[in-house]
Amino acid sequence: MSNNNILLSIQDLTISYGNIKAVKGISFEVNEGEIVTLIGANGAGKSSTLRGISGLVSYRGVISFRGQDLKSISADKIVAKGIAQVPEGRGIFGNLTVLENLKLATWSRKDKQEIRKDYQRVFDIFPRLSERQGQLGGTLSGGEQQMLAVGRALMSRGTMMLLDEPSMGLAPVLVREIFSVLKEINQSGTTILLVEQNANMALQVASRGYVLETGVISHTGTGHELLGDPRVKEAYLGG
Amino acid sequence: MNRLRMIWEKIVTNRKLLPVLLVVGLLLSFAIPKFGLLNQYVVLIIIYVGINIILSTSLNLINGYMGEFSVGHAGFMAVGAYISAILTTKIIPESLAPWLFPLVVIAGGIGAALIGLLVAVPSFKTRGDYLAIVTLAFLMIVKSVIENIEAIGGPRGIPGITRLTTLPWTFIWVVIAVWVIRNFVYSNYGRGVLSIREDEIASDLMSVNSRQVKMLAFVISSFFAGVAGVLFAHVLQFISPRVFDIIKSTDILIMVYLGGIGSIAGSILGAVIFTVLLEVLRPLGMWRMVLMPLVLVLLMIYRPRGIMGLREFRWFIPGYDLFASKIWRKKKEVKDAAAS
Repeated sequence: MSNNNILLSIQDLTISYGNIKAVKGISFEVNEGEIVTLIGANGAGKSSTLRGISGLVSYRGVISFRGQDLKSISADKIVAKGIAQVPEGRGIFGNLTVLENLKLATWSRKDKQEIRKDYQRVFDIFPRLSERQGQLGGTLSGGEQQMLAVGRALMSRGTMMLLDEPSMGLAPVLVREIFSVLKEINQSGTTILLVEQNANMALQVASRGYVLETGVISHTGTGHELLGDPRVKEAYLGG
Repeated sequence: MNRLRMIWEKIVTNRKLLPVLLVVGLLLSFAIPKFGLLNQYVVLIIIYVGINIILSTSLNLINGYMGEFSVGHAGFMAVGAYISAILTTKIIPESLAPWLFPLVVIAGGIGAALIGLLVAVPSFKTRGDYLAIVTLAFLMIVKSVIENIEAIGGPRGIPGITRLTTLPWTFIWVVIAVWVIRNFVYSNYGRGVLSIREDEIASDLMSVNSRQVKMLAFVISSFFAGVAGVLFAHVLQFISPRVFDIIKSTDILIMVYLGGIGSIAGSILGAVIFTVLLEVLRPLGMWRMVLMPLVLVLLMIYRPRGIMGLREFRWFIPGYDLFASKIWRKKKEVKDAAAS
């Protein structure tokens, strides 16, 4: 893994909702092939940062992907450039079938052959989804919905995947399952930016981590360094 | 009873029956007026049913499939109706009118579609309730514009339109409308429309170009509203701005929500039930205007998605979607067998 191959770079990112500043001028980067995690408490600005990257909110500062400024690009085009986001709360289309959910992720793609291979890949990773292709997304269990959300992100074939709290509302067994899948996906070449409240889990898989506190980055280091850091331990890992 | 169900099951799963039914329908639509198989009144009702099917199917695209709320459908109807009425009463010589009628219908549809585009561009920056208000304002604008142009009759409207809407033309346009909208709904764009209803942010994150999808849906919907307007004008033989008011829009809304949102079969069912019920209840006089909204209220309480809400008659679902998991399982079995 070469550290100087920057995939996503964020400089002086500021996001405001009316008078409230959610993100106050943060800078960080994600290198190709890494798993980077942003951890922090509620309202620290983690989700806002992801929304900014995906072009869902307006921001000040510079976000560039493969050296290209993303500011003037609309959300749907950013996905086509290779940044897939698994949004907070999964964003499953509840009244559409599992298959339709997956198909939607290929909306702007024209390469039918490759799409077929990607279905195969998603169904290989999540056999459960293949069994439930005809079932409505809203009738899946929480864990299955999370699998579907990750599956959709895979179908859009991003070189980079942004995940917003994939562990939310899941039983510990399922959380471990999802995280091991994320590791697998990463090993097959997808760079991952992971936002988590479950700091322990996130730091274990991450190559590097940033701790966000009320809109600013307070600590940074490798996953293991942060896991061992007494200040991080006290604040996020339960002493 | 069980036997009946088995026969029904056979009918709905037999896809080859659909083209046969279409041909029979087309032949009947020619035969009925030719040999006087049904009396004039019943034929008229059938034509109204057809027009209402076009209206409810096209409105369902916006209100049901896309989950927005448009109340401007009567306005698009009016645009189609007026364009066509001007063409057939003032421009095209009477002897040519029956031959050029298909073109007149298309012209009315295109006119309505262009106006639809004009409404869609600014209004889709807003959502839900706001779109309802924008389309309501649009409906009022259309009405007062027509009322104030003396050249097209102003508030008096256009009388003496030739009755060009025949049973075969109605049948053909119903089939075209249902076919186009059904294919659109099950296309890639159509899935985009559905995803916007479900979760617009997630649909952006799935690379769906939501602006483009919304515009396309709106243009298709208003095109067919215009088509229905043309057919309506040429069966009523007289149009005035009062015909295309908010009550007309409400009627179409009732058909959509009665039949079921997000369903082609529902739109057809809603239009048929609404039109026929309105005729059957005619002896009740003013009371039917109380009864119909009451039906809607009860429906919203006990079956908020309508009779067919979000479900579809199997004939309208493409084979691939219907059998997706079956096909997948079969493929897998073959593969596993080959592996072992």
